[in-house]
Amino acid sequence: MTPGSPVVSLREVSKSYPKGPLALDRLSLDVMSHEFVCLLGPSGSGKSTLLRLIAGLVQPSAGRIEWTDPAAPRRLGFVFQEPTLMPWARVEDNVGLPLMLADMNESEAAGRVGEALAHVGLNGFERAYPRELSGGMRMRVSIARALVTQPSVLLMDEPFASLDEITRFRLETDLADLHQRRGLTVVFVTHSVFESVYLGTRVVVLSPRPGRVAASCQIEGPAPRVEVFRTSAAYLDACRDVSMLLAAASSR
Amino acid sequence: MRERVLAPALIGLLALGAWEGIIRWWSIPPYILPGPIVIARTIASDWGTLLPSLLVTLAITGAAFLVSAVLGLILAVLFTQSAWIERAFFPYAVILQVTPLVAIAPLIILWVKWIPLALLICAWLVAFFPVVSNTVLGLTSTDRNLVDLFHLYGATRWQALRYLRLPAALPYFLGGLRISGGLALIGAVVAEFVAGTGGAQSGLAFRILEAGYQLQIPRMFAAVFLISAAGVLIFALLTGLSRLALQRWHESELDAEG
Repeated sequence: MTPGSPVVSLREVSKSYPKGPLALDRLSLDVMSHEFVCLLGPSGSGKSTLLRLIAGLVQPSAGRIEWTDPAAPRRLGFVFQEPTLMPWARVEDNVGLPLMLADMNESEAAGRVGEALAHVGLNGFERAYPRELSGGMRMRVSIARALVTQPSVLLMDEPFASLDEITRFRLETDLADLHQRRGLTVVFVTHSVFESVYLGTRVVVLSPRPGRVAASCQIEGPAPRVEVFRTSAAYLDACRDVSMLLAAASSR
Repeated sequence: MRERVLAPALIGLLALGAWEGIIRWWSIPPYILPGPIVIARTIASDWGTLLPSLLVTLAITGAAFLVSAVLGLILAVLFTQSAWIERAFFPYAVILQVTPLVAIAPLIILWVKWIPLALLICAWLVAFFPVVSNTVLGLTSTDRNLVDLFHLYGATRWQALRYLRLPAALPYFLGGLRISGGLALIGAVVAEFVAGTGGAQSGLAFRILEAGYQLQIPRMFAAVFLISAAGVLIFALLTGLSRLALQRWHESELDAEG
């Protein structure tokens, strides 16, 4: 799938918090449709802030965020660093939450919930409570909830950071597959070079304090990503390149 | 589970046995300290007067508890809707809580002519605060990311309250109820002492006063025993309610193998 026109454009966006240093300084970025953009940066580079700006959870102090489709900001999927599930609600109610809040009728919502759970391989767990699931399964529920509104843009804030490596690898491959199958545009925040190169069709390296785009790097690889890519020469070359970009950005 | 019942039952039996033994060994007369057997006999023989009094006290306690639970919840929700409301009213909730009931009960009984209502107000004054403060804590310690998520999906204020803040506050609210139940009983008994009214509508506290005047010490003990038993029962009921409501999801009610 080749990147097309921009979905969202950030123009000279700055963000400062009261009593805090500048988090983002005149940052410009275009996210193309069907792209998988990984925002890579050390802590303090404002990558989570950037994602929350795109989501509309915080407002920029200066600059503009322009969506090509004005309805798109209301149809976003967002996945947090933690699964962020309601512990008192069953899996089906957690996944169906966005639909319930939008007052969708129950039978239609139930169909959508089943579909979303199928996408993350969690059929049969509808009636379970979050505490009965493993960390990886909880994150799958969280992803299903983000998919249930059938968004075209998915924003993810270090979603796999707290998972063990085996689970993380499996979820990364499943996510890459999902990106391809559903033609999603994904903006994915991470601090792992290896994760960014494996998942991203493009890696955007941010420099710290204040956050700015230090470099942007297209990644050539199979679409969707498959496990063998992790051991290929192309992958390792790209990891080395991105590592050097990150090191250069961090030392400035 | 069996140990949870057996261990305290064993300790209780040992203590009662020792008590009875001491009474008999030193031949302590019942008007100084009655033994458990005499107290048990008194409960049985005076059941006709003790039971109606117990029911009066329980009615005040139950009413005060219910009003505390409902008003406490409503107040807590109001407090969390606006920082201004909380800042303006919370100090007064604290003042009501820290002022000793025995100091204001005479005033309330003076102003409110209908004694049961006066007692109810007294019991409510001590019982409502734990519900308010616990529920406010629960309502304000909702997961920030979940709050963001609700915002992201365009939840209305009412939806965020109904589907997020209230369920998240439920364990805190139930914890508040457990404290409040015992306090409602204490408040009711203290208010009855202050009121000191006799007649058909007199509670257990009045029975204690009355028995004291008449030097019927075993009956004083019998009434005290009934008050304690009622308190334990209230606590057990509320613990059961909490378990029922939270067992599927909250850490506090999970079994060890969870």
